[in-house]
Amino acid sequence: MPLSRPAADDIELELFIQALQLRHGYDFSGYARASLKRRVQAVAAARQCRTIGELTTRVVHDDGLLPAVIAGLSVPVSEMFRNPSVFKALAAEVLPVLASYPHINIWQAGCARGEEVYTLAILLEEAGLYARCQIYATDFNDAALAQAQEGIFPLAEARTWSANYLAAGGQHSLSDYWHARYEHLKLDERLKRNITFANHNLVADGVFCEAQLILCRNVLIYFTNALQDRVLGLFRDSLVRGGYLVLGNKESIAFAPSAAEFTELDAQARIYRLGAAA
Amino acid sequence: MPVPSTAVVIGCSTGGLQALSTVLAGLRGDLGAPVIVVCHRGQDDDGALLVELLARASALPVREAGERQPVEAGVVHVAPPGYHLLIDAGGCFMLSADPRVRHVRPSVDVLFEAAADVYGDGLLAVVLTGANDDGADGLAAVRRAGGYALVQEPAEAIAPQMPLAALERAGADAVAGLASLATRINDRCP
Repeated sequence: MPLSRPAADDIELELFIQALQLRHGYDFSGYARASLKRRVQAVAAARQCRTIGELTTRVVHDDGLLPAVIAGLSVPVSEMFRNPSVFKALAAEVLPVLASYPHINIWQAGCARGEEVYTLAILLEEAGLYARCQIYATDFNDAALAQAQEGIFPLAEARTWSANYLAAGGQHSLSDYWHARYEHLKLDERLKRNITFANHNLVADGVFCEAQLILCRNVLIYFTNALQDRVLGLFRDSLVRGGYLVLGNKESIAFAPSAAEFTELDAQARIYRLGAAA
Repeated sequence: MPVPSTAVVIGCSTGGLQALSTVLAGLRGDLGAPVIVVCHRGQDDDGALLVELLARASALPVREAGERQPVEAGVVHVAPPGYHLLIDAGGCFMLSADPRVRHVRPSVDVLFEAAADVYGDGLLAVVLTGANDDGADGLAAVRRAGGYALVQEPAEAIAPQMPLAALERAGADAVAGLASLATRINDRCP
């Protein structure tokens, strides 16, 4: 290694991870350190802590701080129809196959504030499949789950999202699906009718459904190789034979042993299928 | 594959393609260090075009930095669009989809700070032309970790703001014109 001994802030990061685990039962040891460190530093700075060590002390002594810390460590901001070509590919290559099932189970793992689960609901609605679908939207961050369930977003996002929707092949206007008021947009309640929001931690929890499709975009990038492999194994065990997995645009599962049974269906859109090539 | 102990990181924005092309064209074909590049660009670009254009100019092979792939000496790695690019302690690329830093993603600051952690005094960081102040804090982190800071002469940059901000907030070990940057990089690398 280029550096002969660990830097002080790297030691502090490891102690912070241990403290969260010992005191609160949250295990971040499988998180990639480079990105985790930035998030922990950001939480520390927001709490006027000069070092990660100072934050550790406060997290150990003040249970009230935990929700804010967990929220800060789980972040993912997304957009509706982020990377429009992915949803175009889903509609063209995956939905026609899903249509052959009388009942369709979909798991969106790491739903954060919910932008993508509503994207999915709209996509399925326009494909005429939504009535037959059950979507499980999960996250380990309760604050984000509550926000996702509300389906209220800043209106400032509307223009980007609308453009994304059209680029993805949307058939109407995205604004048909929300009411705008007080600088916010509230998504149509009907979009929630087949969505179940639930707390599930990919680090610790197991299989809970048998799905035809799993979406997990830009979540595994925050995990070490070992945790990435564990979660891919969880996805494999949760999918029906021939089920689909959609990852983030630049994610690589090439090094994960558990990915061996997945076949790449669309390299650009990062759509994989469980089992032999179709 | 051993983790290289020396690395070059380059950050640029407006005017970056032209400046990068000049620098990469002047690098030694047998450079014994990896070159890692963040160049801001449009959001819906899939990244392939920039890699192709740089490959045309570069003496070294140019590739998009791949998630979890090793950082390789003698290769120019370009940050993929839409993600921050980081390096883990084992010398592999990692990505993050965290919010934009200084309105951009990938951010030069994020790359420089992560690289400073891994390479310490084996890092050479270069700030080129750009119309914002991304890279200034990152360059300060590079210097704190003992790395070498090289900044393009602002007077000749297409957009001087980025090199100026870097000089103001981090300072530099050397300020040089575009024509001599590659030579300086060559001289400091194995």
